[in-house]
Amino acid sequence: MVESKKTKRFASLFLASSLVVGALAGCSGGSGGDQGSSSSSDNGSSSNGGDSDVIKIGANLELTGAVASYGSSIAQGAELAIEEINNNGGINGKKIEFVKVDNKSENAEATSAAIRLATQEKVNVMIGPATSGNVLATVQIANDNKIPLVTASGTAPNVTENADGSINEYVFRTCFIDPFQGVIAANFATNELGVKNVAIFADNSSDYAKGLAAAFKEQIEANGGQVVAEAAYVAKDTDFKSTLTTLKSKNPEFIFIPGYYEEVGLIVKQARELGIDVPLMGADGWDSPKLVELAGAENLNNSFIINHYSSEDPDPKIQDFVKAFNDKYGESPNAFHALGYDTVYFIKDAIERAGSVDGAAIKDALAATKNISLVSGTVSVDEKHNAVKSATILEYVDGTQTFKTKIEP
Amino acid sequence: MDWLQQLINGISLGSIYALIALGYTMVYGIIKLINFAHGDVFMLGAFIGFFAITRWEMGFIPALIIAMVVCSIIGMIIERVAYKRLRNATRIAALTTAIGVSFLIEYTMIFFRGATPEAYPQVLPQTNINILGANINSQTIFILVVTIILMILLQFIVHKTKIGKAMRAVSHDADAARLMGINVDNTISATFAIGSALAGAAGVIFGSYYTRIDPLMGVLPGLKAFIAAVLGGIGSIPGAMVGGFILGIIETVVSAVGYSLWRDAAAFIILILILILRPAGIFGKNIREKV
Repeated sequence: MVESKKTKRFASLFLASSLVVGALAGCSGGSGGDQGSSSSSDNGSSSNGGDSDVIKIGANLELTGAVASYGSSIAQGAELAIEEINNNGGINGKKIEFVKVDNKSENAEATSAAIRLATQEKVNVMIGPATSGNVLATVQIANDNKIPLVTASGTAPNVTENADGSINEYVFRTCFIDPFQGVIAANFATNELGVKNVAIFADNSSDYAKGLAAAFKEQIEANGGQVVAEAAYVAKDTDFKSTLTTLKSKNPEFIFIPGYYEEVGLIVKQARELGIDVPLMGADGWDSPKLVELAGAENLNNSFIINHYSSEDPDPKIQDFVKAFNDKYGESPNAFHALGYDTVYFIKDAIERAGSVDGAAIKDALAATKNISLVSGTVSVDEKHNAVKSATILEYVDGTQTFKTKIEP
Repeated sequence: MDWLQQLINGISLGSIYALIALGYTMVYGIIKLINFAHGDVFMLGAFIGFFAITRWEMGFIPALIIAMVVCSIIGMIIERVAYKRLRNATRIAALTTAIGVSFLIEYTMIFFRGATPEAYPQVLPQTNINILGANINSQTIFILVVTIILMILLQFIVHKTKIGKAMRAVSHDADAARLMGINVDNTISATFAIGSALAGAAGVIFGSYYTRIDPLMGVLPGLKAFIAAVLGGIGSIPGAMVGGFILGIIETVVSAVGYSLWRDAAAFIILILILILRPAGIFGKNIREKV
């Protein structure tokens, strides 16, 4: 009895301590924001408003944390574009000053980074976070401060369009949206691979993955296919074997896995270990060199991703970009590099047409973008502030992405 | 033969929980402290193994041994620096210190290398063996064998060696053991060393089995192993092993029937139920009457 009392006391201590763990984990992220920012130029103290001689572009990106590879890739792409623009005389004669703030891949940090960019750094335009969830955490700040926010890779529809159908006036993107990726995946599965019975294994903790899964399901059923099994996981899980075993028993011919590379890498590896050899497919969330390390090159064979662009695309515009990027960084650019690069040119085009650095003027110019030719395709902005553009399908062959086909909107 | 496949999945997961749970239960058995830093020793073990394999190009077994040795030293240092002076303090003070040590290890690691995850290199051969329709990976079997060998080794140390006898004596009654001429401090150090070595081994095994490691990877498996230890009766070594396997199998079953999102919740519900219904663990506690 004495023993049991002690154990009970430990139970309450344990529960209390896990609360403490949560609380501390929550606030521990807050301290490093200041160290995480860096400015590429020093003359930024008084630069705001129309008469300044620089244009300040703030970047609120995932430079560390779970999806650091997206944010840092976008930053590298953007830096290359800014360097090119500044070397060619800037925008309307003004040089670009680039301010990077790390949001540590966390929603709360993304919000505070946006506040910092808007109120302290007083930037003219913000390049938003890489993932949809983090962009959503900053939308309010952009609208309230009337600072246009362009996300390079936030693909969830609700980034620009609210649930009630209203449009977030100051929010734009240079990537296509989730439902479009889901539809492309479903069409690819039906038309190119000729499969009928499919399974979906989605990350239940991300709006992005849920959006993709819903659009995929709708389109595959419209194409006459059937979803034989649906399962979900949560980010940070490491063991997927039992769920995959259940999926396998339903004999799907194709598995759609919308999610991010950290978990997808493990899912692909464990699926192949369980003898699941059907084609696996995902979207741009898979795109990271870490995916190949986590999954193993061999296990990724017979899997496909939808992407914004391919560095193997023979288009001369793409090849020029690949060469410039290689010269600067010594590696081949991925889609996030391309989107980061495109986002800067997308903003440049709008500021040139607006002829001013006023937030409202830039916003109107961004909304009126028509057929601007970028590395990741020819982009127009529709009435919902979404980019209308082409999608590329890539196949993994021994760990490298190879260009499979390009699908126009 | 789905159930066989699921059983194997559950046992593989459970063996990792069991290895970590052993450290919890041994430390609790000897100084009545829930060592919350134990999950982080597990994380350190995974990283040491990772560096041994990638930087020094070692095989799995040498990496495993290096991780175990370094972790046992780290475990002894933690005990000497943080817990020894609190041996006569209240339990809440020791527990709070353990949580502090846990955060210290996690965030020191993040400070030095950032929070980005790392992918474990493939060191073990990968071939699929088909038994009765279940796909068993050669790596899974190898890992299971290593785990079982470690457990047998632990049983041997605890029951057949002098230090094991001392550990049992100290856990039974530290003061009487001291009067009998047993060096209690060294025995406690040895317990931490052995427990931490097992956590380090679990780290390397986890890394090569699940591939992804990061500085906060120890938190959840640490808590799960704690549940496993409580499930089997905290302080009991066979209890921790069985508790680990049972927890792994329960989690697998929960996912297998389609409630994968409830898996972590299921583990914590088990903790709550055990503490309410059988606080001494499913086997009850084996207390001999002192005459």
